Amino acid sequence: MRAVRVVAVNVFRESVRDRVPYNLVLFAVLLISSSYLLGQLTAGQDVKIIKDLGLAATSVFGLFIAIFIGIGLVSKEVERRSIYSLLSKPVSRAQFITGKYAGLVLTLAVNVSVMAIALYAILGYMVWTEPPTIRAGWDAPGIDPALLKAIVLIFIELMLITAIALFFSTFSSPILSAAMTFGLYIAGHFNSELKNFERVVSSRAAAQLARGAYHVLPDLSAFDVKTEVVHGLPVTMGYMGSTALYGLAYVAALLLIATFIFSRRDFK
Amino acid sequence: MPSAIRIENLTKDYAIGFWRRRSYRALDRLTLEITSGEVFGFLGPNGAGKTTTLKLLMQLIFPTSGHAEILGRPVGDISTRQRIGYLPENPSFYDYLTAEELLGYFGELFGYSGADRRKRVSALLDRVGIGAERRLQLRKFSKGMIQRVGIAQALLNDPEVIFLDEPMSGLDPLGRRDVRQLILELRDQGRTVFFSSHILADAEALCRRVAVVAGGRLAALGTLADILAFEVHGWELVMSGLSPDVVSRLPAAVRRATEISPGRYALELSMDQPPDRLLAELTASGASLVSLNPMRATLEDFFMERVAEMGTGARASHTEELGASR
Repeated sequence: MRAVRVVAVNVFRESVRDRVPYNLVLFAVLLISSSYLLGQLTAGQDVKIIKDLGLAATSVFGLFIAIFIGIGLVSKEVERRSIYSLLSKPVSRAQFITGKYAGLVLTLAVNVSVMAIALYAILGYMVWTEPPTIRAGWDAPGIDPALLKAIVLIFIELMLITAIALFFSTFSSPILSAAMTFGLYIAGHFNSELKNFERVVSSRAAAQLARGAYHVLPDLSAFDVKTEVVHGLPVTMGYMGSTALYGLAYVAALLLIATFIFSRRDFK
Repeated sequence: MPSAIRIENLTKDYAIGFWRRRSYRALDRLTLEITSGEVFGFLGPNGAGKTTTLKLLMQLIFPTSGHAEILGRPVGDISTRQRIGYLPENPSFYDYLTAEELLGYFGELFGYSGADRRKRVSALLDRVGIGAERRLQLRKFSKGMIQRVGIAQALLNDPEVIFLDEPMSGLDPLGRRDVRQLILELRDQGRTVFFSSHILADAEALCRRVAVVAGGRLAALGTLADILAFEVHGWELVMSGLSPDVVSRLPAAVRRATEISPGRYALELSMDQPPDRLLAELTASGASLVSLNPMRATLEDFFMERVAEMGTGARASHTEELGASR
């Protein structure tokens, strides 16, 4: 456990030194300037747009961090040969993979938390400045705790994308890993379409192939409850629990396979 | 003495080629035993299999066949790593860290607590001569400084067995002298040092026993004295004040006369020609003795000869345990 923690902290330190936190400044600037502009243009809808924008930005910024740091987690260590010294220390390859993963998840957790705080701060400011008559017309409260449900699921989705990027990073080049992770991200968001593929194709084989892909590919659309939350629609705790469990099980499976591949790899 | 490292028939094949995969043997049935407290030189030209052997011992690569043990445990045993140190060839580290942070990071992996860790790191950085640069990011370090950091991280845990892959690489003459001194200190502390090098002078200065590898195979194994005793082949007499007339009348026993500077010559005599008579004759003609030395082959000569033999296909028959045969 110690080795995992020490490796994870170093990944966090690397991401901080690689100026990853700069994206938080960009996020804050984006939110503040948007809220100001929307305040000038719209009446009553601006808080909904800010929620939409804030959640979407949290997801997109996190996606970039998960993919672009995730693909380099292992391959960069191998390329720069820093892994030679590291693996001669009392660290197993499984601990190395888990530590690397945990470090990036920690980075994402800090990132998503700061973004959530920034989003709530902007919403708080809007609640404070809007007259009660306009506030009464909102679908959901301005400072809505339900936003946290969307944020938690965004975070679990980012954990899953990080695990995919790390998985590819254990055996392929960074560019190929980025392409494959991004491809899976896109496919994952349209995964539910594959379930009923037989309705649009006549080929039985194609339908079965699509059904097989549906079961293997991650269903990332399940993590997207932004619309429901923004419009004040219910997202049950049961749904939250089962989706989180699905995401974490997928992460565990990916990490196991990544460790299996990595534990047999030669560093030439 | 118990063995610190035991290697038995260690073999490594790599698959090469994209369409037509074929096998390339980087290491071929290497068998070695290094006793505890020994400074052992692992010599060979580039591509001989030295780094492959060290990577196999660190389990950075996996053997095709064979077996290796460090401190009585299989190389895959993680607990052994608490007791060993490793300097990779041309080491590279996290350039966003300072030297102090890097060693602190590795120190945490060894489980050292805050105060102990800081003390160790500080002492080691001073010991390898980069104490003043401890708070500089590694991206600002020269190759020689990185090599020193590499040596420091290999010694962080007071290892019983230290593996050094080309430890002198990238170092200036002063740095090489420091590393030699360090290795001798480690020897005096009873630690086992296994170092690879293609610089034979290092092995001559540090090791009692060496192994020579070429083409992935063991070419020779034994004490330096054993290996070099074979190669004593004459005397070298350096004389000054020799006139051209005397030089033109040198006896046939002189195999070669090389003019070093006007009047000063290096004269080579074969082993069966004692130098006393010639020395007396030359002194009587007015010349002075500068030096008289037995002409022993250097490890360099031996190494080149063996490597050439291995290259001509006479590989297996020349693999021998010289030390054991005496």
